[in-house]
Amino acid sequence: MARIELIDVVKRFKGETVIPKLNLTIREGSFTVLVGPSGCGKTTTLRMIAGLERQTSGDILIDGACVNDTEPGKRDVAMVFQNYALYPNMTVRGNIEFGLKNRGVPRQERERLVRDICEIVGLTPHLDKKPHSLSGGQRQRVALARAMVKKPKVFILDEPLSNLDAKLRVQMRTELIELHRRMGATFVYVTHDQVEAMSMGDRIVVMNRGEVMQAAPPMELYHDPDNLFTARFIGTPPMNVLPVSRLAGLRTEGEGTAEFAGFRPEHARLFPEAAEEPRDAWFIAGEIVTRESLGAEEVYQLRCEAGTFFVKSFLNPYGGGNFAFAAVPLDRLYFFDRDGNRLRNLRAVRPQPALAGVR
Amino acid sequence: MPFITNRLKPYAMIAPALAVFALFYLYPIGYMIHLGFHEWNFISPDKTWVGLGNYREMLADDTFLQVLRNSALYTVMTVLLATGTALPLALWLNRKSAFHAFVQGAIFSPHIISLVSISLLWSWLMDPEYGLLNGLLHLLGIGPLEWLNDPDTALISLVIVAVWKSLGYNTLVFIAGLQSIPPELLEAAALDRSKPWTTFRRIILPMLSPTLFFLVIINLIGSFQVFETIAIMTQGGPVNSTNTLVYYIYEYGFRYFKIGYASAAGVMLLVIVGTLTLVYFRLLSRRVHYR
Repeated sequence: MARIELIDVVKRFKGETVIPKLNLTIREGSFTVLVGPSGCGKTTTLRMIAGLERQTSGDILIDGACVNDTEPGKRDVAMVFQNYALYPNMTVRGNIEFGLKNRGVPRQERERLVRDICEIVGLTPHLDKKPHSLSGGQRQRVALARAMVKKPKVFILDEPLSNLDAKLRVQMRTELIELHRRMGATFVYVTHDQVEAMSMGDRIVVMNRGEVMQAAPPMELYHDPDNLFTARFIGTPPMNVLPVSRLAGLRTEGEGTAEFAGFRPEHARLFPEAAEEPRDAWFIAGEIVTRESLGAEEVYQLRCEAGTFFVKSFLNPYGGGNFAFAAVPLDRLYFFDRDGNRLRNLRAVRPQPALAGVR
Repeated sequence: MPFITNRLKPYAMIAPALAVFALFYLYPIGYMIHLGFHEWNFISPDKTWVGLGNYREMLADDTFLQVLRNSALYTVMTVLLATGTALPLALWLNRKSAFHAFVQGAIFSPHIISLVSISLLWSWLMDPEYGLLNGLLHLLGIGPLEWLNDPDTALISLVIVAVWKSLGYNTLVFIAGLQSIPPELLEAAALDRSKPWTTFRRIILPMLSPTLFFLVIINLIGSFQVFETIAIMTQGGPVNSTNTLVYYIYEYGFRYFKIGYASAAGVMLLVIVGTLTLVYFRLLSRRVHYR
C-alpha cells in the first residue's frame, strides 16, 4: 500500500507540452482510475509513475519518498501493459518467475509463489505453455500474475481490458475489483472507457489535455460535476447541454451568469403536453427524432429550438406521438459559465405564480 | 479464353518465368552434372566418358582437400566475425540521432561498392611496404606484417575484407530485428528489475534469433562462394593458402581447360551450398514464431 503524489509535474515531448502542470495525489490502497479522451496525458502520467518516462520537471513521491531518480525496477511498482508485453520466448512459468529471479528469490520460495498466484488467476494447467498458444484472456491473466507475484506496493494497469471481447471484459472487471480487495495494493488504472472507470474505480480522475478536470468518487463525479467536460464525459448518453440564451421559461436565482444549462437524460420525463404536474419542473418541447430500445431502457433523441437532447426512460416507454414535452426537475438542472465551469450557487426557480396564474 | 481450362491457366501464367528459370538455371546445372562425368578441354568436339574418374581424382588431390579446408576456415571465420561485430554495433546504433544515422550510412557504403574496387583498395592498404595498415601499425610499434604475402596471414586478411564489406548490411539487418522487438517487452523487463545483460541474454537475443539465424546462413552461403577478392588480391596464393572452392573451379575450368574436372568440383560446391540451404529451410520451418 502506498500513496503516490505528483507535485508540479510537467512533461514535454520535443517541445510539445503534453502535461502543463499536474498536481495529483493518489490515496493509499485506492483503486484510482485515470480516464479521459486519447491524448489527454493519462498514459504518460502512468508511465511517469512507473519510471518508464521521466518528467521534464516536478516531483513524484511514492510513500513520501521522492522517486525521481529511482529506476523502474526499484520503485516497487508492477505494471500490466495494454498488449500484455509477455516474453514470447518464455513459458507462462518463466514469465511469472522472471521478476522473482532477478530479485534473487530462492527457488523453493519462487515455486511456491508461482503456484499460489496461478491458483488465484486460474493458470495452473497452462504453466508450461508459451504465450502464443494461449487465448487473449489467458494472456491477460499471465500479465496480471506476473505483476502480482512481485507483491508490489503500487499496481499500474494501462488499458488492460481493451484487447478483450466485450463479455470477457465485463468478467475481468469484477475479477480486478476482487483482486484489488485481496491484494490491498494501490491500483492506478488507465482507461478511455468511462463505463469501465465508473464500474471499477473508487476514485476517478478525469483528465483532458494534460490537466485534471476533476478527481472524485464515481457517484460524486456523476451527480456533482465540476465542469462541462466532466459532465459530458461521464454518462451514456452524456449530459444534455443547451445554451441558456435560447431556452424559454427558465429562471435562475443566485450568483453568476449561466451560459449553459445541463441535465441528465435519465432525469427528464416525457409528457404529451405541458402539464401542471410535476410542479417543480421545467418543461422543454421537442420533436422526437430517434428512439432506441435497449430492453430495460429507451433512449429518445429530441430536437428543439436550442439544439438536440436525449431523454432516457426506464421500463415505461413513451406512448405519445412525435412531439413531446420533457420535464426536468428544477433541482436536476446544472449551470455552467462561459468557460464551462460549474456555477454551484445558481439554482433554477419556478416561474412567478402570478405569471403562471395567467393561464 | 475458352481453350485454356482453369486448371492450366496458372501454369500458363508462370510459363515465361519458368522458361527463363529452366534455360538459365536448370539447364546449366544439368549440363554441369553431365560434364562432371566427362573429360573435355572446351574446344575438341569429343567428350570422353570417364564416369566417376573426375571425382576419384579430386578426392585424391591434396590441393583439393586443402581448398576444402581453406573454404571451411574462411567461412567459419567470416561468419563468426561478421555477425560477432555487427551485433554489438547494431545495439549501439539502434537509436535515433543524426550521428547514429550517419555512422549507419557510412558503414553501409562498402556494401554498394564493387568488389573489384574494394579488392584493389585493400591490396593497397595491405601492401607490406607502402600500405596504410603497416604505416598505422608502425606508429604503434608493431609490424611490419606481411598480410597477403604470408601463407599464415593471407586467409585472415581476406576475411577482414569480407567482414568489412558485409558489416553495414549485417548491422542494418540486426537493427531491423532489434526494432521489431516491442519496446514494452524491454519496459516490462526493466520493471522486473532485469539487469542489462540479463535483458540481452534472456529477451533480446531470443527475440533476435531468427535474424541471427538468417544472417549466419546468408553469410555462410556467401562465404563459400567467395571469388572476386581472391582472384584479384591473391590468386589463391601464396602456396594455395587462400585457394578456395570457387577459385579452384575457375582455375581448372578457364586456365587449365579441364572442364570435366571443374564441373565435378562445381557439383561438390552445389552439394555443399544445397545442404546448407536445406538445413536453413528445415530449421526455419521448425523455429519458434514469436508474436
